[in-house]
Amino acid sequence: MSTNATKKEGEGFQVVTSTVAVLPMENIDTDQIIPARFLKITDTAGVGAHLFEDLRRLPGGSLDPEFPLNRKEFRDAGILLAGRNFGCGSSREHAAWALAGSGFRAVVSVSFADIFRNNALKNGLLPVAVSEGTWKALASVASRGGEVSVDLEKLEIRWQGGATAFEIDAFARTCLLNGTDELGYILRQDEKIAAYERRHVREVLT
Amino acid sequence: MGMTIVEKILARASGQAAVKAGDVLEPKVDLAMSHENAALVVNQFLEIYKDTGREPRVWDPSRVAIIFDHRVPAESPKTATNQKKVREFVARHMISKFHDIRGDLGGICHQILPESGYVRPGAVVVGTDSHTTSHGALGAFAFGIGATEMASVWTLGFAVNIEVPATIKVVVSGTFPAMVGPKDLILHIIGKISSQGANYRVIEFHGDTIKRMSTSGRLVICNMSVEAGATSGIVPADEETVTYLREEAGVKDALDLVQPDGDAVYQQVIAIDVSALEPQIACPHTVDNVKPLAAVAGTRVNQVVIGSCTNGRLDDIAMAASLVRGKKVAQNTRMLVFPASGRIYQRALDAGYIGDLMRAGAVVMNPGCGPCLGVHEGALGDGEVALSTTNRNFKGRMGNPTGEVYLCSPAVAAASAVTGVITDPRRGA
Repeated sequence: MSTNATKKEGEGFQVVTSTVAVLPMENIDTDQIIPARFLKITDTAGVGAHLFEDLRRLPGGSLDPEFPLNRKEFRDAGILLAGRNFGCGSSREHAAWALAGSGFRAVVSVSFADIFRNNALKNGLLPVAVSEGTWKALASVASRGGEVSVDLEKLEIRWQGGATAFEIDAFARTCLLNGTDELGYILRQDEKIAAYERRHVREVLT
Repeated sequence: MGMTIVEKILARASGQAAVKAGDVLEPKVDLAMSHENAALVVNQFLEIYKDTGREPRVWDPSRVAIIFDHRVPAESPKTATNQKKVREFVARHMISKFHDIRGDLGGICHQILPESGYVRPGAVVVGTDSHTTSHGALGAFAFGIGATEMASVWTLGFAVNIEVPATIKVVVSGTFPAMVGPKDLILHIIGKISSQGANYRVIEFHGDTIKRMSTSGRLVICNMSVEAGATSGIVPADEETVTYLREEAGVKDALDLVQPDGDAVYQQVIAIDVSALEPQIACPHTVDNVKPLAAVAGTRVNQVVIGSCTNGRLDDIAMAASLVRGKKVAQNTRMLVFPASGRIYQRALDAGYIGDLMRAGAVVMNPGCGPCLGVHEGALGDGEVALSTTNRNFKGRMGNPTGEVYLCSPAVAAASAVTGVITDPRRGA
């Protein structure tokens, strides 16, 4: 992956520029992203090692050379272009961790499942919904090994010869740009929590 | 302008007179549920307080529910240790709605919550499980969230940045034919609208068929609403809800049966007549790959699974027992039955259903998620086929990416266990 696609600790998400790995299948569910047998792993990087474990491998366990993410040219991709309804199924946050843990910063699809989208936004992984037309244009760029930029600041995707705007939840955008996740936001709610606790104690005591 | 039931619930939970689809709110949470993944929530929760100098405190321990169900009893030392950590957290934070691995009070979270009276009409329920949608069966707005979001709920008592979803109204009419029921209905709906047909939307169920449906059946349709991509499914609370909460769940306090307004705005209205509905099957490897049973009748089945948060309730087990009573499970077919809770298991024992099933050759397992997600027990062999009353048939779901899972009702599953092939229960096993 190019340097500017690597997330540094505490650094906000401005632009990711990278090659694009393509998984055109629709409805890639959370069991494909990270099979349930790996859910006991609780560290992000550990989960990342098993991203798409069953899709990556042939029966017998060897890596499938045809699987896009196993191909040399996509091994460092920081952007995943996936078929519609990506991330359907379980609420497992491991799905977002596995993608982030193996270096992806953005997933582009025509649509995302609700819980996956929320989990991704909380883990520095940007889910970008695009039109069918843009999807096809990006797939074409990816097939030539071209780079694509996902610009969160300008809410724009750019590639050689094209660009398009995208939309993202404003709150999530702010969190990502500031390099804080929702936990960071909650820390800033500290005074709210303290006020609640003072009130609560009073209620309990009376 | 009128409000849908979820708009009403969210308006109240956010202290507003009116809200509409697309508004962004911070609704108060009435109940926050987790299962073993509470271990992850605990990690994130402690992370929030790290370096703040503050003592970690759950906003309201009486509103947090933790139920062990995914891997019970533990299949590995790692799981057992995670469960141990959660147990310690529960004790330290005095979380009272905790259901450990027990034969009396244990079971699957989506059965424990309703039967224990933890869910009320009009409540906002969040759970770190996608099938939290189940609790819409009692007229609550219930939806799945991730572990990080749950940690924030444990801290704040409200959910952050919640966009009010639009609602699809599904009006169901007619009487189910014999051996056809709620599972066939929801599979039919998912097949019709696809696994993304209700993405970011709520499905609100109406119609005379729903009015007559038991809470058990409503739990089935709300449970699987998420398989159409829905944020939640919901049935407006009615007399059946009150009866269930009073008689089954022992709820004594006043209930507020929140209803949608007559002039509520729906994004889409779908009418379904079930009078001629055929038994439905979701074929591998997506839940929306739904066909009438006839299209796959005769398919050889290695493992039949009856149970789960979808179809592990007493009426499901009664149906299965009635179809295998006095018969035998086919050679080379395994029949696994796992009731949804200890209470259901006990009642099935008392009613003789467990005996019927065991004498037929079924293996009756302890309540829990069991084979459904393929991490604990009941895995498939290479290339094997399962016919299951559970809710997902994704590739690898039952622990083997070369296996195939078909989803169906308890009647279809039980009839097929006897013949060893996918069988129409109306034709007899």
